[in-house]
Order: sequence, then C-alpha cells, then structure tokens
Amino acid sequence: MAEAESSTGFNIHPMDQFQIKPLFGAGEIHWYTPTNVTLWMLIAVVVATVLLVIGTRGRAVIPSRSQSVAEMMYGFVYKMVEDVTGKEGLKYFPYIFTLFIFILLANFLGLIPGSFTTTSHIAVTAVLAMGVFLGVTILGFVKNGTKFLGLFWVSSAPLALRPILAVIELISYFVRPVSHSIRLAGNVMAGHAVIKVFAGFAGALGVFSIFPIISITAVYGLEVLVAAIQAYVFTILTCVYLNDALHPSH
Amino acid sequence: MAETTHGADHAVESAPGMPQLDFSTFPNQIFWLLVTLVVLYFILNRIALPRIASVLADRQGAIQRDLDSAEQMKRQALEAEEAYNKALADARAQAQDIVGEAKADIQKDLDKAILKADAEIAAKAAESEKAIKEIRDSSAKSIQEVANAAAADIVKAMMPGSGDAKTIKAAVAARLKG
Repeated sequence: MAEAESSTGFNIHPMDQFQIKPLFGAGEIHWYTPTNVTLWMLIAVVVATVLLVIGTRGRAVIPSRSQSVAEMMYGFVYKMVEDVTGKEGLKYFPYIFTLFIFILLANFLGLIPGSFTTTSHIAVTAVLAMGVFLGVTILGFVKNGTKFLGLFWVSSAPLALRPILAVIELISYFVRPVSHSIRLAGNVMAGHAVIKVFAGFAGALGVFSIFPIISITAVYGLEVLVAAIQAYVFTILTCVYLNDALHPSH
Repeated sequence: MAETTHGADHAVESAPGMPQLDFSTFPNQIFWLLVTLVVLYFILNRIALPRIASVLADRQGAIQRDLDSAEQMKRQALEAEEAYNKALADARAQAQDIVGEAKADIQKDLDKAILKADAEIAAKAAESEKAIKEIRDSSAKSIQEVANAAAADIVKAMMPGSGDAKTIKAAVAARLKG
C-alpha cells in the first residue's frame, strides 16, 4: 500500500492528455504533420457535416430528430446574432455559426474519454480570438472610418475624464482577444486536468477509489455544462465585439 | 514500476510542464485549425445554412398559409351563420305575413258568413213574427166568435127572446177592447 501511495505521484500526469503527437510514427512535428489535432478537428468537421448536412437532408416541414437539433442550433445562434448586433450583423452569421459549431463540437468531443480536446490549446483559441479581434477591428474601420475611434472616446462622460477613460477603453480593447482566448482554453483545460487528477487518485486508493470516481462523475457533469457554456460565451462575446464594430457610438 | 518511470520520462522529455506552452507545436495547430475552419465554413455556408434557412422559411410560410386559410374559413363560417340568421328572420317574417293574411281572409269570410247568417236570422224572425201575428189575429177572431156564441147562449138562457145577435156582438167587441 505504501508503495502504491508513493507511486501515485508518478502516476498522475494531468497534462499528458494535452500532448500533441504525430498520427503516423514519431518524430518532429512540422506545420503540415497530421497529428491528433488534425484527427480531432477532422472528427469535428465530420460530426458537424453529419448533424447539419446529412441530418437535414430530408428538408422536412415536420423535422426529424437530427433536423430538429440542427434547426435549434441555427435558431439559437441566429437569434443571438440578431439580438446583439441587429439586422446588420446577420451578414456575418455564417462565420459566427461556424465558430459556435466548431467550439461546441470540439468541447463535447473532448469529453469522450481518451479523446483529444483541440479547444484546450491556447494556440487554437488564440487564433479563433485573434480572428475575431482582427476581423472586427478591420470591419469597424471599414464601416465607420475614423468614427470607429469614438468607441474609445466616451462622449457621455465629463470632458476631463475622457482622456483617462480613453486609455482604459483602449487597454480593455486590446485585452479582449487575450481574455477571449484564455477563458475558453483555460476552462476546458482546467476541467480535463481536474478529471485526470481524480482519475490518478482513483488508481491509487484501492477500495476508497469510490470517492474520486464520484468526484469524476460530478466534475464530468460540470464539464458537460462548461463545454456548452464556453461555446455560448465565446459566440456571444463575438457578437458583442461585432456590435461594437457596427455601432461604435456609446 | 518500469512502465510508470518510462511514462514520466516521456512526459518530461516531450512536454515540460504544459503542452499548451510548447511553441514548437503552434504552427501545426494553427495550420490545421485554419484548414478546419475554412472547410467547416464552406460546408456550413454553402450547404447546411441555406438548407436550414429554406426549411425554416418554408415552415413559416406553411404556418402562415394555414393561419390565413383558417382565418378565411372562420370568416366564411361567420358569413354562413349570418346568411342563415337572415334566412331564418326572412322566413319568420314571411310566416308572420302568411299568418296575418290568412287571419284577414278568415276574418273576412267570417264577417261575410255572420252577415249572411244575421240576414237569414232576421228574415226568419220576420217570417215567424208574421206567422205569430197571423196566429194571434186568427186566435183573437176565434176568441171573439167563441165569446159571441157564449154570450148569445148566456143571454138566450138568462132572458130568452131578448137581444139580437148584433147587439151582443157589439157588446162583446166593446168588452174585449176594454
């Protein structure tokens, strides 16, 4: 028992699940190497296609189950974009929907035991967030010209406060992609790591492993929630940023 | 034990700390993410989203059509009810008219009949009166004759030879009148 306890420290590798490995053989990972990232992103695309393309192929007025799910997702994101950004934002709905579906599926696929969670990597979420940040910033300038800078000049505040507020607004604007990406990756990674830590305990505690197993179950339930909520949060923040770009006046 | 050590060694050599911060894998992840996003975007934007949008629009149209036709049917039902009520009222009025006419006709016939009956009754009454008068007259004459005879007999019996028939007759007539 003492030996098992001591080896517990070695057995728990909560971060191993996040390792990126080449799919075929070993060796250096080049930018084009097919890795487990490739595999699980491909699975996400396949699942999205099955759900949203094959699931809706009946085009039934009274939907089948899979068509109903696809319609609900469509309606959910469509309404979100419309509510937050107004009618003008609907032009960007396909991209926002792509983001939502990708993050949602990546999060949920990552909850399959033994799978790889692409959204747990800051490189992935940073690209997603930077894409939104750059796209929204460029769009803001293209749509509004220099008026877009009015976003930082709070005209409703007293004149003396405005420069200070402008600095704060500017900083918060540039922190957006950081918080946007780290929020998603951090949530997903932390949950998976916690589950893995409990799993390590379960392996070492013998009969008492029932407690870590209960904990794993509870945390897993929480993670299911987090998977959906983080996809929602990422999407709605994208909508909010897009709204700032379309309507920069405070 | 050997296996766990190997695992630990592996972890240490390939990922010191967080694999998330292993910058050597970043190009790989970014490349595959971009490929995934582009592919997913095209699948969704070209196939899935237009299809779902058209299905939703169709459904909305179907629902709207059904609601419209329901509205129209409701209107038709209301119209039919109105027409029915109107027909009923018309029929009632017509029946009332017919009843009134019939009543008037009957009244007219009745009046005519009553008039005729009255006339007949009057005629009969006059006839009867005439008959009664005749009877009375004849009976009065008979009474006079009987009285004359009786008076003559009485006079003859009381005072034979006195008084003639003419005097007696005058006396009886004066008596009957008085």
